[in-house]
Amino acid sequence: MTIEERQQEIIEEFEMYPEWMQRYEYIIELGKDCPVIDLQFKTDEYLIKGCQSRVWMHARKDDQGRMRFSADSDAIITKGLAALVVRVLDESTPEEILHANLHFIQDIGLNQHLSPTRSNGLASMIQRIKMEALAFSANHS
Amino acid sequence: MGISNDGSSGIDFRMSQIHINDFRDHFPILHQEVNGRPLIYFDNAATTQKPRAVIDAIQHYYLWDNANIHRGAHTLAHRSTLNYEAARTAVQEFIHAAHVEEIIFTSGTTDAINLVASTWGRKNLQSGDEIIIPVSEHHSNIVPWQMIAEERGAIIRVLPILEDGTWDLDAFSELLNERTKLVACNHISNALGTVNPVAHVIRLAHEAGAIVLVDGAQSVAHETIDVQQMDCDFFCFSAHKMYGPTGAGVLYGKRALLEEMPPYRGGGEMIRSVSFQGTTYNDLPFKFEAGTPHIEGVIGMGEAIRFMQSVGVQHMHEEEQNLLAHCTHQLQMIDGLRIYGTAAQKSAVISFTVEGVHHYDLGTLLDQQGIAVRTGHHCTEPLWNHFQIQGTTRASFAPYNTLQEVDLFVHALQKSINMLR
Repeated sequence: MTIEERQQEIIEEFEMYPEWMQRYEYIIELGKDCPVIDLQFKTDEYLIKGCQSRVWMHARKDDQGRMRFSADSDAIITKGLAALVVRVLDESTPEEILHANLHFIQDIGLNQHLSPTRSNGLASMIQRIKMEALAFSANHS
Repeated sequence: MGISNDGSSGIDFRMSQIHINDFRDHFPILHQEVNGRPLIYFDNAATTQKPRAVIDAIQHYYLWDNANIHRGAHTLAHRSTLNYEAARTAVQEFIHAAHVEEIIFTSGTTDAINLVASTWGRKNLQSGDEIIIPVSEHHSNIVPWQMIAEERGAIIRVLPILEDGTWDLDAFSELLNERTKLVACNHISNALGTVNPVAHVIRLAHEAGAIVLVDGAQSVAHETIDVQQMDCDFFCFSAHKMYGPTGAGVLYGKRALLEEMPPYRGGGEMIRSVSFQGTTYNDLPFKFEAGTPHIEGVIGMGEAIRFMQSVGVQHMHEEEQNLLAHCTHQLQMIDGLRIYGTAAQKSAVISFTVEGVHHYDLGTLLDQQGIAVRTGHHCTEPLWNHFQIQGTTRASFAPYNTLQEVDLFVHALQKSINMLR
């Protein structure tokens, strides 16, 4: 599945929940289910500090040259949203990630969580993912 | 609403009394829905909403009076100058300053503190001198002192607090010594709501030969301020936390101290005469007011003061205390909720954590229910490091809030906690 197809899939899932309450319940469930980051990566080195909540993110490249991510947050809504970002971008090539247009957060009406003040760390997490992709892509070529 | 169009002074000082029960009606912004629910605004410690009278005064200024103040020969310049200086007199009376020239207009509390640090600090602090700052201070009453201390080789001594959020006064007596030059502290903690014993600390500091700067940002709209009775050397506050506009604030300083201080910023207005052979500076308060000031902001602040006086600060205080008591009582019944700041003397601020629930999640879900609270570290990171937490959820009240809003908030909070646990 492409990054765009995965985004469409999430948008359709959220269309089943017209009420804000249901949407957040769904995100909270995602946050609870999200496989937590390996404890060895839950350190300051992988910390993306937000003013409101903290995000930890680890990126690596697998044998097939695809990027693999794991993430965690101390806030469960942030963690649920981070899980969605991971679901959309995980197992993509660095090039696919660099060219990706991430619009699903806006489309599901949760743009407020991408505040440019980096208040919850999510916007910074996406920025970090792109930087990691750039680094992996540069190493490759 | 306190505005006249006759062009004489621009503002009618005979504003009629406003009953506390009618307070809410004066705030147009409150009558709206957020996320499909009636707005409940509990973020008043960050900034208060503005009454119609203040909004009208600012609009009136631009519709009728706009001109640069001071030294203008024309009618509009005369009018705007009169209104600007009337605001200075209103501030002087409001905080009971001895002299009108002790009122310096700044862009806010942060600017006022930076002014003192840059001028008084640069002139008076020597290597080895000490500054006492409570651990519960706002960053804006820490960082300017760190900057000047680094420059001058001065040392910052941190005053610890007790478990209830009050200052450790025994520790204060131990910290105070002949090297102490300044105590920089807040009157009311923005994060905990503690009303601090500033008069007591000021007396002790003066006995030791130190001066005291009081950050009054959180007290000026909630307590009757008398700077002479308090005997503080400097008192700083912002208009926007007292029903006035953003970008305007006040530095009060004792005249003798202000006169000794070098100017802050250079420019127009602050000079007596300029030549390349040497420039002489203007008298107080203009020495510290370089450039065209935030004229409509200051005029708006004057109107905010008249608004508060027509309600009565004591009436406002009582209303807030009712809200605080009611909310505190209700929150104490929520399982796993801990209130930070439990002093006997508190302003209408409640900071809390809920076991197993992150403040960002709470703030998000409350916002979905139309409720505005503040979450995070509230610019007091050293305080939360002391308590070893990342931050809190903070509800802070103004007299336009109601007991019914508190009940709705508590209900929404419980609902949010149930969703998150």
